[in-house]
Amino acid sequence: MESYPKFQPKIYLKNKKTIPPKWADRFLEWYCKPSLFEDLQGDLYEHFYRHIEDKGIRKAKLIFVLNVFKFFKPYTVKKLNFLNQLTQFIMFKNYFKTSFRSIARNKLFSFINVFGLAVSMSVCLLMITLLTEVKSYEKFHTDASDIYRVTNLYQYLEEEPNLFASTSIIAGKRIKEEIAGVEAATIMRRNFAGDFENDNQKFALRGIWADESFFDVFSFEVIYGDKDQALANPKSLVITEETALKIFNQLNVVGETLLKGDEPYQVTAVVKTPPFNSHIKFEVIGSFSTLDQAQMQRNATGWLSWQNMWMNYTYFKVADGQSIKNIQAALDKISIDQNSREKYTSIQLGAQPILKIMTGPQMSNSLGMNMGSETLWILGILSFVVILSAGFNYTNLSIARSLRRAKEVGIRKVVGAKRGQIFSQFTVEACIISIFSLILAYGGFLLIKPLFLSLNPEMSRMLQLKLEPITIIYFVLFAILVGFAAGLLPSLVLSKLKAIQVLKTTSNTKLFSSVSLRKALIVIQFTLTLGFIISANVAYNQFKYSVNFDKGFNGENIITIGLAGNDPEQVKTLFERIPEVEQISMAAMVLGTGERWGDDLKYNDPLDSTTIYYSSVDQNYIPMLKHNLIAGSNFLRTPTSDNESEIIVNETLLKRFNIGTPQEAIGEQVLVGSNKLTIIGVVEDFHYAPINEPIESFGFRQNLEDIQLLNLKVNSTNLVGTMDKLRAAWEGFDEVHPFESRFHSEHIARAYDTYELMFTIVTFLAFVSISIACLGLLGMGVYTAETRMKEISIRKVLGASESSLIQLLVKGFMYLLLIAAVLAIPATYYLFDSIILADQANRISIGFNEMGLGVLFIFCIGFLTISSQVWKAARANPSSTLRSE
Amino acid sequence: MKGTNLGEFEEIVLLTIAALMEEAYSVAICDEIEKVTGRKVKLSVVHAVLNRLSEKGYVQSELGAPTKERGGRRKRFFYVTHAGKVALTKSKEQRDQLWSLIPSFNLKFT
Repeated sequence: MESYPKFQPKIYLKNKKTIPPKWADRFLEWYCKPSLFEDLQGDLYEHFYRHIEDKGIRKAKLIFVLNVFKFFKPYTVKKLNFLNQLTQFIMFKNYFKTSFRSIARNKLFSFINVFGLAVSMSVCLLMITLLTEVKSYEKFHTDASDIYRVTNLYQYLEEEPNLFASTSIIAGKRIKEEIAGVEAATIMRRNFAGDFENDNQKFALRGIWADESFFDVFSFEVIYGDKDQALANPKSLVITEETALKIFNQLNVVGETLLKGDEPYQVTAVVKTPPFNSHIKFEVIGSFSTLDQAQMQRNATGWLSWQNMWMNYTYFKVADGQSIKNIQAALDKISIDQNSREKYTSIQLGAQPILKIMTGPQMSNSLGMNMGSETLWILGILSFVVILSAGFNYTNLSIARSLRRAKEVGIRKVVGAKRGQIFSQFTVEACIISIFSLILAYGGFLLIKPLFLSLNPEMSRMLQLKLEPITIIYFVLFAILVGFAAGLLPSLVLSKLKAIQVLKTTSNTKLFSSVSLRKALIVIQFTLTLGFIISANVAYNQFKYSVNFDKGFNGENIITIGLAGNDPEQVKTLFERIPEVEQISMAAMVLGTGERWGDDLKYNDPLDSTTIYYSSVDQNYIPMLKHNLIAGSNFLRTPTSDNESEIIVNETLLKRFNIGTPQEAIGEQVLVGSNKLTIIGVVEDFHYAPINEPIESFGFRQNLEDIQLLNLKVNSTNLVGTMDKLRAAWEGFDEVHPFESRFHSEHIARAYDTYELMFTIVTFLAFVSISIACLGLLGMGVYTAETRMKEISIRKVLGASESSLIQLLVKGFMYLLLIAAVLAIPATYYLFDSIILADQANRISIGFNEMGLGVLFIFCIGFLTISSQVWKAARANPSSTLRSE
Repeated sequence: MKGTNLGEFEEIVLLTIAALMEEAYSVAICDEIEKVTGRKVKLSVVHAVLNRLSEKGYVQSELGAPTKERGGRRKRFFYVTHAGKVALTKSKEQRDQLWSLIPSFNLKFT
């Protein structure tokens, strides 16, 4: 047989690159019967080397892998060892017993583990509930996955496009008429609110306008009335159960009439109050045809304009078997058609699934609230970081403590335990700890839930955090997962021990080579903790900075009072009678909070328009809020409802249209909406929006209808008494609406409550993670002191001072903290400087104060934790430790 | 035990083992079959057949000495058992019998 073997085994054998893929080799070893394994593997190797020669290394490897899988046949595969499985099962009882014993024996360590896990788990439980709840939004609609909201991507010239949840009426109408794949579409409009009168009793209600297809798209349950016709006719009203009971004290009120101002509205249907997890919430729905008919009769040009997209919404339902792709294509066609008639703006229609609204991106003009994917991600990542930290504690302490369990593992192995059995024993132990923690964490969850909900008024409107059965299941699964993850490394380390080694050597410190791993875990833990502390500090400083920022006007000591639809002059005379009130001014809104109204403004060129943001004010407003009038004069009269003729603009508007110097601008005419206004004054640029946004064109106008609040300048030493007087005056005047008053500065502070919210959440998490990290450090300190007790005693006998002993032991830990600081500071700096605060127009610069203080704080705490333990060890009498040998 | 009659491929493998005598291990068998019949033979198929043949008791195997070319792994050498020889002879006899029944003119290529 000269022809065999065909090939010459050259240097291949030694070369690492020319061996078959290791994992395939291992897989073969795993499944193959031992009796067949050797020659089968040999055959494969022989083939492999042969293929390298004539097909190249990559092909040879591929063939090897394929062959390994081809050999996976009944006759080659090991028989399952059922007996083994059964033993495993029986042993569980024993695992539980030993676990409980070991937990009970090491009380301090068990406490650190259970407590740390419990604290961080309660945060995670909150997150799980929040996620389940957010995911449940809109699910109550039948075929919710087929319902979409039309979004508008609005772009002016080449400016940054903005995404809006609102759309134009014409878009809604065209979708209804032109797109075949749409089963039903409904047009809605926000802000249907006002006082409704029944039997001379007034009720303030809020709601929306919607057209007759509303109930075809959404599944709000109609209790009384015909849902198809309910919103068809003008002046129809759909009210909720709750509203019906409030006004009429009974449910079936179809046919009743309510007066809104002078106009009678007829109740055509009563619906169930919208469920909590709907982003559309209303007390009352007015028929959209009321508005539509009135506007169409007036032939108002703006009503069906492609740009009239600020107040209206369109939702549609895709017909069965139709794909959203085709509908999107149709929407694109409508957009192209409409945009071709516009000169400066382009609006792109889009469709957003209703199920994604809650978790989707933040959009302007949203009808309801949304959580935003960003917020969810941030919260999710933060809680993950916290649980990670607690998991590290478990891993770290268990590995450190595993010295004590080594003998147990040795004996188990001698008696016949397999590696997998040891592994499952320690995993079970970790899971028991995490289940214990879950019970504690549940208590913690109940404790922080109301705190979390009251963080922000929006939060409690958006979330209930009610526990559903499914959430409980998630909780338990989560606890098991955490236990498994935290116990993975210790179980691996322990199950790898060799029985002979463990039982032969008395000192088995050397068996554990994972010291560097433990150090790495501590460093990661403290890096995260430091990151939290620094972030909390930065967020707080940014909040303080924003609130105290010089916005170009000053609202100190000014009380704002909402008019609730009352006549401003009447309310003004009402308050003027109170002696402490020095001066009163009228305004449409509190500027600087983010609320803003806009309109189109044109100068000489009829084709060039810009959005001007405006507020209507009276003649007292500008001096009262200390706006700097750089040219022209203030208003001379109070706002009127017609023949509005004057405007005071800011500098940015002048620049926008190249109107020249402020002095030159006086007397120029601009067209705002359909009103021709003369510029009578120019104010210095000021922050009418939150300071993180750039300043654009702004103007003060004098439209009486816009006036919604009064600003009162009060001169009083007894503010509470004055407030009471104001309240009493209001209550004597208006019985329907509550007295709404707040300091001007309070309004402003509220605009920056995202920073405050961020600060509160991050501070809380920082606190949690500091406690966890320090618990871990404490555990490691105790452990170090314990294992090095003899060394300490001998050193002491030989003359070491207590302080030098402390220094010796603390040094190693402080070194780790230092590494953590070196990692955390640049990382957090980068995070804030380049990501979080990057797009803010006005922000703090991050310096030592923001960064260093937190680091210092952590160092102190870390030092105290460790040295408290070491000090105890260093103080101990050497004779008592050295005596027993 | 499965049926004792030989399949076509089984017969070829068995014959090859007999032909290779002392050198009959899986890779060599593969190569020989390829050489003689000219058809591509998969290693895994040969393996499966060898396994079946030893289940039927037609072959026996033993491990040889470790060789370098296989990364130090031993080869499994096969040889035909008595039962295997009987089966081969039987199948050859059956064929011969059938051949003898064919009138010679029927096989003339025209």
